[in-house]
Amino acid sequence: MSDVVEKTLTALPSLLLSVDSQPGSAKLSTSSKLGSLIRNITELTSKHEEEKLIQRELSSIKDQVSSPNTTMRQMKELMVRAIYCEMLGYDSSFTYIHAIKLAQQGSVLEKRVGYLAVSLFLNEHHELLLLLVNTVLKDLQSTNLIEVCMALTVVSQIFPKDMIPAILPLVEEKLNHPKEIIRRKAVLALYKFHLIAPNQVQHIHNKFRKALCDKDPGVMGASLHIYLHLIQENPEGYKDLTTSFVTILKQVVGGKLPMDFNYHSVPAPWIQIQLLQILSLLGKNDPGTSEIMHEILEESLRRAEMNHNITYAILYECVKCIYTIHPKSDLLEKAAKCIGNFVLSSKINLKYLGLKALTYVVQQDPKLALQHQMTIIECLEHPDLIIKRETLEILFRITNAQNVTVIVEKMLTFLSTSEDDHTTIDLVGKVAELAKKYAPDNEWFIQTMNAVFSLGGETMQPDITNSFLKLLSEGFDSVEEDRKLKVFAVNSYVSLLEGEPEKLPQRFLQVISWVLGEFSHLQQDVGAETVVCLLDKLLHMKNSTSETKTWVLMAMTKVCEGAACAPLVQSVCETYSSSLDTVLRQRAQELQHLSRDPALRARVLPPVCTREPLEVDSSLSFLDEFVSEALAAGAAPYKPSHQRQEELAQTKAVSYEPYQLTLPISTTAHTHTPSLLSISSSLSEGSADLSHKGGSSSLKLEGVKRVWGRGGYEAAQVETPSPPQEGGDPSISHTPPLTSEDTESKQQEQQLASSMFLGLDHSSVTLMGKGDSTPSWLKRKERGQTPLNDAQTFTDPQELTDPSPLHVVSPQFPQSPVIANGTSDTEAALALACLDTNRSSTNQLEDRGLSLYLPAELSGLICSEISVLCSSESLELSACHVHKLRSLEMIVFISNSSDNAVQQIQVQLHSEQLEVSCASESQMEEVKGHSVVVRQYSLRVRKPSVHVELIGTLFHPETPQNVQFTYRLPLSSFIRPLTLSTEEYGTMWLSFSNDTKQNLTLVHSENEGPLRATLNVLTEDLHLHVVEIIGMEAIVACRLLQDQPCLMHCRVHGDALAVWLRSPVPELPDCLIYHCQRALQGH
Amino acid sequence: MMRFMLLFSRQGKLRLQKWYTATAERDKKKMVRDLMQIVLARKPKMCSFLEWRDLKIVYKRYASLYFCCAVEEQDNELITLEVIHRFVELLDKYFGSVCELDIIFNFEKAYFILDEFLMGGEIQDTSKKSVLKAIEQSDLLQEEDESPRSVLEEMGLA
Repeated sequence: MSDVVEKTLTALPSLLLSVDSQPGSAKLSTSSKLGSLIRNITELTSKHEEEKLIQRELSSIKDQVSSPNTTMRQMKELMVRAIYCEMLGYDSSFTYIHAIKLAQQGSVLEKRVGYLAVSLFLNEHHELLLLLVNTVLKDLQSTNLIEVCMALTVVSQIFPKDMIPAILPLVEEKLNHPKEIIRRKAVLALYKFHLIAPNQVQHIHNKFRKALCDKDPGVMGASLHIYLHLIQENPEGYKDLTTSFVTILKQVVGGKLPMDFNYHSVPAPWIQIQLLQILSLLGKNDPGTSEIMHEILEESLRRAEMNHNITYAILYECVKCIYTIHPKSDLLEKAAKCIGNFVLSSKINLKYLGLKALTYVVQQDPKLALQHQMTIIECLEHPDLIIKRETLEILFRITNAQNVTVIVEKMLTFLSTSEDDHTTIDLVGKVAELAKKYAPDNEWFIQTMNAVFSLGGETMQPDITNSFLKLLSEGFDSVEEDRKLKVFAVNSYVSLLEGEPEKLPQRFLQVISWVLGEFSHLQQDVGAETVVCLLDKLLHMKNSTSETKTWVLMAMTKVCEGAACAPLVQSVCETYSSSLDTVLRQRAQELQHLSRDPALRARVLPPVCTREPLEVDSSLSFLDEFVSEALAAGAAPYKPSHQRQEELAQTKAVSYEPYQLTLPISTTAHTHTPSLLSISSSLSEGSADLSHKGGSSSLKLEGVKRVWGRGGYEAAQVETPSPPQEGGDPSISHTPPLTSEDTESKQQEQQLASSMFLGLDHSSVTLMGKGDSTPSWLKRKERGQTPLNDAQTFTDPQELTDPSPLHVVSPQFPQSPVIANGTSDTEAALALACLDTNRSSTNQLEDRGLSLYLPAELSGLICSEISVLCSSESLELSACHVHKLRSLEMIVFISNSSDNAVQQIQVQLHSEQLEVSCASESQMEEVKGHSVVVRQYSLRVRKPSVHVELIGTLFHPETPQNVQFTYRLPLSSFIRPLTLSTEEYGTMWLSFSNDTKQNLTLVHSENEGPLRATLNVLTEDLHLHVVEIIGMEAIVACRLLQDQPCLMHCRVHGDALAVWLRSPVPELPDCLIYHCQRALQGH
Repeated sequence: MMRFMLLFSRQGKLRLQKWYTATAERDKKKMVRDLMQIVLARKPKMCSFLEWRDLKIVYKRYASLYFCCAVEEQDNELITLEVIHRFVELLDKYFGSVCELDIIFNFEKAYFILDEFLMGGEIQDTSKKSVLKAIEQSDLLQEEDESPRSVLEEMGLA
């Protein structure tokens, strides 16, 4: 291509001079005003002149756009010039409104520029965008295809989120348009809507299926974007489509698509890559689904042979997919070979991707790193920093206790040359992590951390310092080791402070001050006086921030013992007692008082060994008394800031209600800001606070490796003989004979390699067991974690007699909404795919029998369909859930179809979102031949989301492998009515901070008004309690089990029901609105 | 999904910018400045991919112009390189052996082509023929539309 694009800016002057002599060339519109503007700018030499010229230009544009005589045609010209000015970085916001006007009023030709200007000038949140809605509406209805195209394009570029409902029906309609270009654009517009407001488009998911089955491959390809995104969010819901995607990929790879879709004679590479990405999401951790795609993956690998960039793109995606899905050994082998080709390629882009792929797979397959160790060493010295950086990433992943020193050294060398903040932050964190995990000894650890702090500077993640201090303060189990580490740290810091502390970053100084304050007494050789002197030096440094000074003062407070320090401490106190900084002043006061009164000091700052861990009372309950006294004395109750703002907004509320749709007033949108707690400063805050933070820090990483292979793969790894330890690796023996001058450097490289890849060759042993191989030097004391309390069972005897207000309507709870929706008409049209439907049919057959086994106390309550969870040998697990007033019960049926009894069956359920407790106490079950055992679990929501998922394991003594299964429930199963009065509702409403607003479609019924009919549907399906109906408004309440209320305010507004939900639980309103939409959709 | 695409010259002049996610004006300016600096500093034989902030940057130089795309973590770098290439092919076909000047003086046309090729940050139409057909159709319409109007205008002016 570069030979085609030969003309460069150097040709500019000559071209400009000879415009007339080259009439046809490149359609230069130099005669236009834009042309002369550009020409003038290129002639300028200084930035200042450019500024002047543009300002002049802008003011002339300004005059013209506001003149009533300007025609739309001139306006279009002006707009292009304004875009140009804006691109150069000058503000031309005065033209924005005119851009919208141009899009509105211009003919097709001007409209296009108008829309372009709008999409370039404004972003999603710009208020002027509201003015565009009507124009878009009009153009979507236009008979002119080009206008429709333009409207769809602009909609996918920028559109106000809240106005999507206004145009959604029109865009949906376009999915049936006879022209494929319109259908394609409509699909992409819907994709965009899905991205910015998923709630708004969830009801049309089955239309996406239709797009997937479109006869035009372009439309199908566009729908893949949506599916990729949907599957990313919820792979479980789309497993049924796996065969379809595989079939499509087969057809694409087999060259069945029209030639138009070829790119450099490779069939539809974009579609191929999308499909591969989708497949890898579907096959992840799912042997069954992965099985379906093995064949096509192999074919893709085989077909992509041509030596062109685009085939490498496909290969790369293929390899990624193979390593993501459930492993299959011969595919892995091929993929590994492929990675090898990338790594060894002379093309730098491919090499980079090869390294990236290595990074990705090296934990699963460390042998691969061994194979390429010489390449990795070469890449470490590569002139391109990007390559170097990626190589370090690989090394980071293969680090173990044996090679940590070499690798960390390499990383630190790189860090000292790196200028990019992002890289520095990332790498510093990694070094700190490795140091913590694999440090061979104290000295190395402290020195490495010193390097980390010096290089990391101020940009470093605060977690690093916190967890370092926590580690130091908790220390080892062995007292002697512990003391050694601390003493070494103190020594190292004292010598640093004696050197040039000016050069150290502030964060490091803070760490130093803290450590000296806490532990300097352990080192007898250094007197308190010396330490105070050194600390004092920090106070006098010009660049010390007041935060650092605070740390220093706190350290002094801890250290200053004995008369020797007194004069220095006294002068420090005097200086800072009058500081403008209140915190510093406070610390200085503390220092003064405590240094004078040794008894008090001993009480406030007891020696480290006797210190008890501090509990922080984050609820501030110790203030309760104070608050109630204040309230009794007539103080106004505290209102959170969002509530105050809201009340303020309500007093001057403006109703923006164009197009009969409510616009949410966004004052309440950011209600998640935590209210600031002012914690009273306590003297020992430094240490207490730190250890507290450290406890929750994310740096406490478990072993980096993931448990990878099951079955065949691991076995394959063990079978291959592990190469000898030192340098005798197969790859090295394959290296060609070397000339004598090379030999020396090569030898060095090999030495490096053997030290760097040490411990890797007994790969599966060291690497897989990485977590355990942590050297004993850093076995920190684990904070006792209370295991989940299984004894808590909720068998409330009252519940049995409780008159249940729930109507037994046995609603359909779709296990997976999409499967339920899409299978009917669209599937028939699915020429490309076939669906696996036998699973659902078998389910229904077995339902009948199992429902007899439901515990008697649950009969008559609402019960979901019984679905099969998993089966193993002769055992089959099925489950359903039953709505009780106070809980949701999950019933698991374990049925044994063989003649023999099976003993010691264990079913374990766990979930991040749910709290599970089991009614029966025994863990083991015995199931007799041809019988069913029922286990009952009570579920409570811990973390609401639209659907909640349980992951279960079936331990079966007769099969070596445990069987895993998942069970999904809609959140609506956990919703119960909440009975309260209107007054109670009013007070609760004000106190809840999380809210959502949305318009729902009304249900029309012959017997009742639309509001009543809609409410009936909602209360029936979701078990809500209607508190009161006042005219066109209604208030409704419900609770999420156990007692998390959610309030709902509905108002009929034109054709829609404007719903406003509020709850103290952040996720609840959004989830509930989803279920409301689904409930209404069914009617 | 592509987050944005930038076209800039070797001299560091921005020629085209398309943002597919809402970004504040100030951030845009900073990102453009930073990226240009990074990319322009790189040597010709270096890798076309960068990791920058949370994004992956894919760039390629054609004559004096740099085409630079930012994509997300899960996106494929090599195919993004081909997206750039296809865009250049489209420009080339439309302008007839394109050069930087074409893009400078007709940048709105370049935007139209880009909009027809990528929509909302995803590739919309991979077929060179159909993209150009769509553009030419609306161009044609423009000209039909233009001629009577310009006559009227001239009369009005006269």
